[in-house]
Amino acid sequence: MSLVSEGAGLRGPLTAGSDVALDEPSLASVGDYIALLKPRVMSLVVFTALTGLAVAPGTLHPLTAFTALLCIAVGAGASGALNMWYDADIDAVMTRTSRRPVPMGRVKPGEALAFGLTLSGFAVATLGLLVNWLAGALLAFTIFFYVVIYTVWLKRATPQNIVIGGAAGAFPPMIGWASVTGSLSLEPILLFLIIFFWTPPHFWALALYRAEDYARAGVPMLPVASGDMTTRRQIMLYTLILVPLGIAPWALGYAGLLYGITSVATGAIMLVLAWQVLRERRPAETACRRLFAFSILYLFLLFAVLLAERGWGGLMARLAA
Amino acid sequence: MSTGIAMDQDRKDDDGVVLTEAQRRARRSRSIAIALALGALVVLFYAMTLVKGPGVLVRPM
Repeated sequence: MSLVSEGAGLRGPLTAGSDVALDEPSLASVGDYIALLKPRVMSLVVFTALTGLAVAPGTLHPLTAFTALLCIAVGAGASGALNMWYDADIDAVMTRTSRRPVPMGRVKPGEALAFGLTLSGFAVATLGLLVNWLAGALLAFTIFFYVVIYTVWLKRATPQNIVIGGAAGAFPPMIGWASVTGSLSLEPILLFLIIFFWTPPHFWALALYRAEDYARAGVPMLPVASGDMTTRRQIMLYTLILVPLGIAPWALGYAGLLYGITSVATGAIMLVLAWQVLRERRPAETACRRLFAFSILYLFLLFAVLLAERGWGGLMARLAA
Repeated sequence: MSTGIAMDQDRKDDDGVVLTEAQRRARRSRSIAIALALGALVVLFYAMTLVKGPGVLVRPM
């Protein structure tokens, strides 16, 4: 069941005019509410937060570390639920998202909103009370940034939506770091910058071969608003900034040789793939699909090697302490 | 409307919303999930209080 007909006029959360009777008892299952949390996005958030937490200097009781990761995961999930509440009209007309619980009518918009707000409150308060208030404040700001700045404001307003909005996805390693140290320094900011500059090539590669989907939903993604070639040039530009940033933790002495080799090798592959995207012309999309898929592996490898090199020993020592 | 039908309607209104079996099952599973989540939160706060010991009220920025 689709709640919104195709075409223009998509403006925010579904309320009046929805064909779901508001007074009808809910049929939503626990699985529908779990789907609202965007579990796949949540797993990447937990992984990057774990890396930030594990590479941070200092000690943290294992249960406190678990609590911090749990709160970050729940906070990320709450952001996802609030995003699905507001974007239900867009989700309904996009192939990739049309089967989400709100556009399918299994969860009512108000239920998704209440669920997201409740989880946000619990996650921030628990992180602040049980870990520290800098981490709690960063988590609150991340949720605010993703929901209000990105979802409500930027996503429908500018082709730079995912450039600025990408900051929300880049905060988790900083929250992980702040959970241990109660402060911030250059190293977590570097991890933030890696994810921040990784986001545009990653999402624009997807947007290039899903441009019709975004256009139908009225989302001004760069390929829709500025065209194919501009997007390909921007992908190259952001990849040129991303690769040195990926190598920086090794160059600045924060990471070891294995990280250095991994970041140089995978960075070179990213550059080659971005170059292939630049040379490719529609309707071909193989290069875009390759870049999108490899960019996920690229980010995963950088953080996994950093975690293995710097964090794992420290994490195990903390668990043994 | 006949008197009998009107009385049936009144009785139905008095009963409030009558859930179908599927709605009843969905509500039960949601209630259990909420109970488990709240129970886990209580256990977490209790355990963290033990971990923090006397420093439980010390929460640096």
